[in-house]
Amino acid sequence: MAEVEETLKRIQSHKGVIGTMVVNAEGIPIRTTLDNSTTVQYAGLLHQLTVKARSTVRDIDPQNDLTFLRIRSKKHEIMVAPDKEYLLIVIQNPCE
Amino acid sequence: LQAPAQLVERKGGCGKFCQRGLHDRRTESWLAEMAPCLHMGQACSHPWLLVQANTERFEMETRGINHVEGGWPKDVNPLELEQTIRFRKKVEKDENYINAIMQLGSIMEHCIKQNNAIDIYQEYFDDEDAVEVTEEAPSAKTINVFRDPQEIKRSATHLSWHPDGNRKLAVAYSCLNFQRAPEGMSHESYIWDLENPNKPEIVLKPSSPLVTLEYNPKDSHVLLGGCYNGQLACWDTRKGSLVAELSTIEFSHRDPVYGSIWLQSKTGTECFSASTDGQVMWWDIRKMSEPTEVVILDISRKEQLESALGAISLEFESTLPTKFMVGTEQGIVISCNRKAKTPAEKIVCTFSGHHGPIYALQRNPFFPKNFLTVGDWTARIWSEDSRESSIMWTKYHMAYLTDGAWSPVRPAVFFTTKMDGTLDIWDFVFKQCDPALSLKVCDEALFCLRVQDNGCFIACGSQLGTTTLLEVSNGLCTLQRNEKNAASSIFERETRREKILEARHREMRLKEKGKAEGKDDDQREEETALNLEQLVAKAEEEFFDFIFAELKKKEAEAMKKKPKPVGPRVGKHQALEADEEAEGEDQGEEEGDRAETPI
Repeated sequence: MAEVEETLKRIQSHKGVIGTMVVNAEGIPIRTTLDNSTTVQYAGLLHQLTVKARSTVRDIDPQNDLTFLRIRSKKHEIMVAPDKEYLLIVIQNPCE
Repeated sequence: LQAPAQLVERKGGCGKFCQRGLHDRRTESWLAEMAPCLHMGQACSHPWLLVQANTERFEMETRGINHVEGGWPKDVNPLELEQTIRFRKKVEKDENYINAIMQLGSIMEHCIKQNNAIDIYQEYFDDEDAVEVTEEAPSAKTINVFRDPQEIKRSATHLSWHPDGNRKLAVAYSCLNFQRAPEGMSHESYIWDLENPNKPEIVLKPSSPLVTLEYNPKDSHVLLGGCYNGQLACWDTRKGSLVAELSTIEFSHRDPVYGSIWLQSKTGTECFSASTDGQVMWWDIRKMSEPTEVVILDISRKEQLESALGAISLEFESTLPTKFMVGTEQGIVISCNRKAKTPAEKIVCTFSGHHGPIYALQRNPFFPKNFLTVGDWTARIWSEDSRESSIMWTKYHMAYLTDGAWSPVRPAVFFTTKMDGTLDIWDFVFKQCDPALSLKVCDEALFCLRVQDNGCFIACGSQLGTTTLLEVSNGLCTLQRNEKNAASSIFERETRREKILEARHREMRLKEKGKAEGKDDDQREEETALNLEQLVAKAEEEFFDFIFAELKKKEAEAMKKKPKPVGPRVGKHQALEADEEAEGEDQGEEEGDRAETPI
């Protein structure tokens, strides 16, 4: 339990990280550092996207699987680490 | 009776004939049955028109998704904070959760660190400008050909571009072969409009064929022409084709005027000319009766016309108004100063290196200290600092080079024309041993060349009076980046090399002098005199020995052939005539002169 806390805290403390959140398979945000409405938005949208991405990868090669998803936008980068049940989402502002 | 469902085109109104191709056989047969007249394309027919789509309409709408928290299990009310917190705490205690987070956390950290370490979208090569490396090979193409409309063809000896806009080209025609101008050869020269190669725009009628022709850079209506008989003629194209001003024969040149250039003066009426008679004359076209100044090209500075060198090309750069250069028939370039006080000081220095007449002489428009000369079988580049030899030169070609010019836009590019009708384009930042491009323009010899001010167009005139207009590729007429620096460093390097060589030569010569001075001076003189006498006597002896040997051989042969013996006197005369060498020995000099030792 403490390690989880520590990990999440460490992630949040990295340079440029705007927000961190953990979402479960149903789209429920378990842990978040952002406000609720933003979290809910991110959770819902990214979950769908991750599912789609994973299915794409597996369609092309069934033995392959999605390990990481990075969405780089003008303002920041959204990184999604998918798991069977959970999603770890981090929003970072890459160094300029 | 229903027509089978299909796509039938509506032909803009009832009763029009339906196109046949659209139907299947069944329909056609049915149509034929129902309305035979349809096939005939008549206006009246059954009004069977159906418009039907193949598919059902599928309506689409774009909408946003309203994110309402969902997914909560049934027993948890999302709105109640307590319940949600409890749920969350439960999840956090799950074993799976902990493992998942640990694993995901490490992956995530790696990527975060990556982002922080390097910006993958950073512009790395921002500071360098988009390099326009023209990968295309240098090329040139002929745009237009202007042929001499006269029956008896003359060579195009000089070209001059119109100063404004370069839309016209003035070409001087004459026959440069000494006294070989055919009877009835016309003296006319023409000004061509580039758009119309069929007929010259303006005809210039001098009394003697023109060897050179130049537009006045300040006044584009005025032209200066140098005649074959040594006179200078001036035209004003607004006044017509006859000569407006003509210099008097007594004060003109004695030989064809090979170089005539306008000077930069406030009035725009001053010019100067040079000819193979060894004189350079300055004129003011308002008063052509006599030249304002005459300089004799005697490099011994004694102003002797007899020892003057004939000028074949003239060079004047408006950025250096007091200096001018003359290329001579003897292969020497004379650099002169116009503003010198005494006529003897007018000749500043000479550059020798060519084996034949210097047909072209031009300073580099970017580096006026360096100039190009074209003569014999090479083109040479000189630097004013290096007087003993040129700093760069091309290889010896198979054909004689007739004209050359620098490109006005690129300091490292120059053009040369040859007697075999080829035009060479040299680019010495690209290649130094061969021309960058060599084009065969025509089968006869090319005599003159002129580059337009934009560096793109080149006009070359041939022996049969055909002027060809060429356009070079972009790479050869756009200044490459760093080219000026590259060219200037090449010039400097070569000049330095020549200077070093010069210095070494001087050293060697001094050493030799030193050795020779060790001996007695008088003795040396006597020895040389004796040597000369002895040499001459020896030469004569050898010569006569040889002759008599030949004679004896011939006599022997004659004896064999003819039974009659040939008189010895007669035989000797004949033999002497036959063996006369071009050494200047007179026929009259027989055995009697043998005893003499001419000195």
